[in-house]
Amino acid sequence: MAHHESAKVANSSNVIVATDCGSTTTKAILIEKVGDTYRQTYRGEAPTTVEAPFEDVTRGVLNAIAEIEELSGRKILDGDQIITPCRDDKTGVDIYISTSSAGGGLQMMVTGVVQNMTGESAQRAALGAGAIVIDVLAANDGRLPHEKIERIRTMRPDMILMAGGTDGGAVNHVVEMAEYVAAAEPRPRFGVTYKLPLIYAGNKEAQPQVRKILEEKSALVLTDNIRPVLERENLAPARNKIHDLFLEHVMQQAPGYKKLMEMAGAPIMPTPAAVGLIMEAIAKREHLNLIGVDIGGATTDVFSVFEGVFNRTVSANLGMSYSVSNVLAEAGLANIMRWVPFTIDEQTLRNRIKNKMIRPTTIPQTLDELQIEQAIAREALRLALIHHKSLATGLKGVQQERTISDVFEQQASGQSLIDMLKLDLIVGSGGILSHAPRRIQSMLMMVDAYEPMGCTRLSVDSIFMMPHLGVLSTINEKAATDVFVRDCMVYLGTCVAPIGQGKDGEVCADIETTWPDGKLTKEQLKFGELKLFPLEGEQKATIKVQPAKGVNMGAGAGVAVTKEVHGGVVGLLLDGRGRPLKLPAEQQARVASLTKWFDAVGLYPKES
Amino acid sequence: MAHSYTPGLTVTEQTVIHRRRMLPLPGKVVVAVGDRVRSDQVVAKAELPGKVFPINLANQLSVTPGEMKGYLTKREGDAVAKDEILAENNPLIKWFKTEIRSPVSGTIESISSVTGQVLLREPPRVLELLAYVDGTITDTIPQQGVVVETTCSLVQGIFGIGGETSGDIVVAVQAPDDPLTANHLTSAMKGKVVVGGSFLSAETMKQAKAVGVAGLVVGGIHDEDLRALLGYDLGVAITGTEQVGFTLILTEGFGTIPMAAKTFTLLSSHAGQKASISGATQIRAGVIRPEIIIPQRDGQPKTAGQSQREGIRLGDPVRIIRDPMFGRIGEVSALPSELTKIPTESEVRVLEVKFADGKTAVIPRTNIEVIEGA
Repeated sequence: MAHHESAKVANSSNVIVATDCGSTTTKAILIEKVGDTYRQTYRGEAPTTVEAPFEDVTRGVLNAIAEIEELSGRKILDGDQIITPCRDDKTGVDIYISTSSAGGGLQMMVTGVVQNMTGESAQRAALGAGAIVIDVLAANDGRLPHEKIERIRTMRPDMILMAGGTDGGAVNHVVEMAEYVAAAEPRPRFGVTYKLPLIYAGNKEAQPQVRKILEEKSALVLTDNIRPVLERENLAPARNKIHDLFLEHVMQQAPGYKKLMEMAGAPIMPTPAAVGLIMEAIAKREHLNLIGVDIGGATTDVFSVFEGVFNRTVSANLGMSYSVSNVLAEAGLANIMRWVPFTIDEQTLRNRIKNKMIRPTTIPQTLDELQIEQAIAREALRLALIHHKSLATGLKGVQQERTISDVFEQQASGQSLIDMLKLDLIVGSGGILSHAPRRIQSMLMMVDAYEPMGCTRLSVDSIFMMPHLGVLSTINEKAATDVFVRDCMVYLGTCVAPIGQGKDGEVCADIETTWPDGKLTKEQLKFGELKLFPLEGEQKATIKVQPAKGVNMGAGAGVAVTKEVHGGVVGLLLDGRGRPLKLPAEQQARVASLTKWFDAVGLYPKES
Repeated sequence: MAHSYTPGLTVTEQTVIHRRRMLPLPGKVVVAVGDRVRSDQVVAKAELPGKVFPINLANQLSVTPGEMKGYLTKREGDAVAKDEILAENNPLIKWFKTEIRSPVSGTIESISSVTGQVLLREPPRVLELLAYVDGTITDTIPQQGVVVETTCSLVQGIFGIGGETSGDIVVAVQAPDDPLTANHLTSAMKGKVVVGGSFLSAETMKQAKAVGVAGLVVGGIHDEDLRALLGYDLGVAITGTEQVGFTLILTEGFGTIPMAAKTFTLLSSHAGQKASISGATQIRAGVIRPEIIIPQRDGQPKTAGQSQREGIRLGDPVRIIRDPMFGRIGEVSALPSELTKIPTESEVRVLEVKFADGKTAVIPRTNIEVIEGA
């Protein structure tokens, strides 16, 4: 079954119910056509029921939809069935669609021959399809053969993707890897009795040998090479196969998914794949370079589209609840503490973080708890972007033509595609960003973590509905776009950040702003300053930034830049803290700086 | 949300539990439905395929993979002993002779004429699956495992490390707010499940290891001490496979927190009885909490079903699970339905908790945990 075929045509759909089955919560939204446009009208949520005692994902789905029924007064359920299509104004929906990341999402292992060439391509293919990559094995990964086999044996992936070699190149390395995989007899995570799905997307010359070695031992699927020649990646066929196998094999094993697939009017998509689709669609429609982030309880997904190239990574153990303790482990206590505007002893902080890990559903009740959580979020966001940058690169191993002018500045192949100066938009999503009590908190968390340079617009997903809209876009583009623009995206504003360093109080840039009402103001931005000006959502202003000597706004040191900037619920943020952002090392000075910045933008309520 | 979802930990004097015991790979079930089993009894077995050792014989012989066959002294499927010759050449001058010996005992799994790789596999290892609790087999899943049922007292902890074990319960402290110290642990506690009070220090853990206790059940520990015990900073709460010498179960959380009186009283009343315990904790994707199971002595399972809770009610005993009142226990005294603004400025659903001293506090509903079980 190709995953496109089962999509029932739903262009006439006026009432749509969509769910996203997350690892803890199933979120449902109702979308209705109001006049000519689609709007998201009601939402409901319920605990996900993949695990015991229920072991049937549809229970949670029905509970979440029942909540929408209660709120909207529309009858959607008839017992365990969703009423489709609409019978009248108040009964039924035209289509039901869903995404899923329940049960730990789609976990894959990938193999290649050269780690940073076909290994990385395979990783990108799997990540782009919405998977969590639990390991990358390659002929040159430094592990001895028996260690590789042992590793494959102990992991229990949902699926394996094998790549390696260019078409027509040497076959023996990729065949060798096939032999290791066969010897390890990998077992799937769910279901003791079924064969593990395995996709071979390597050198096509090796297909007959791979088939001979693995056909008996796995549910083998052969597809086009993801790296037919060194200079080109061809990820789409492998990604499509991953989606097909996800539906045909993995989903069939997860509790209740057979029923869920029957209920849905379009193929169930892995949540990150759906979010990726919507991100790609925005970038394309508005010709933007963007970074999107979805920071969840367990994982943080980062998406980017630069010059039309889409990339996704998932940091499987960076999150705000289940994985919160791992953020501490990876970032280190000092890095978290640098964002906290007070002092706290290490033992208390460590215990608090662990307590959040074991009771992930709790929320901060006091202001200092909120500040600690937002400090942790900054570090999780920062680390996830570093991870993303390392994988969102040009192809490595590609020959480059050099001219005499490259003698002094030779660039290696495989540079990161993420260029903060070319970045137009940052889209944030996930509880800590979507539900921050003040929107400026979401904005500053992202600014501190990502250190955008020049002029960068920021936004958040209002109630986390990007997955729903992603899958909706596959069947009704207009509905997805309408809801995305009107109900999903909340524009926060624009951050203006000159690049350079200076002493606190020294001039960073002179800024001339022409406001929407035509008024012109002049502002001197000093180093160490953070300033916020209101500029509403639909409005634009024109700013002329004259950076000080040695300071850069993207056009070169000291060169003035004029730009049109967008407003938002927060406004225009002038960031004179310098790039890269450096915080005072000494504790008292650091707390003083943080307090000054936080007060300047009204980040937190004044404690009474 | 229409329904407030408040996860709770069960602390109950009597319940019927079912534990699915599954092999990691297909094998053989060795008990039948209706059999009475003991916790240390084998209920199913499987053969874990042996480790694989690849050797590239073609490279070692300096021949092409295609030519390799002529040099082999063994064929696919043959058994080999350690140091037995796998392949050799016959040069004119003996001095140049190359013999390749097997690094392990096992069988020749495969010989590849494409890569020159020979895979040797060690003999399989038998994996025995234990019943884990004393009880009765109520179901068998052919080749995969069984379900054991038992009528028992059950205490769920919040976090644990270490795997399944069992031992008699010993209560080492006087009160639930006494910390468990190294002095409390005596050599008589070897192989026992030792119940402490509010806190367990690094020094006590060291002593526990020296004594050889089977398990420790306490209110809380410091994260620092956990890190020292494990040797690394635990990032994600998926545990159960640690090997630190004993199984550790926390009933309350991290820090010094008195064990809930109900838990302490229940465990105290079963002192001297055998308990099966597991430290396995998995908070993501299917909550697994550590547990203390004390099978009832008369042993005959009763068909008392566990009642399903519907939300939270006035008078329910609750534990506050977030600072600033972390670990305090009280009962629900009011359940306002409207959203309330808390100091962070978030508007959330709250409830009022009344403490033993008569004082009350308003707490977000997500920050309390019902202490479940009659």
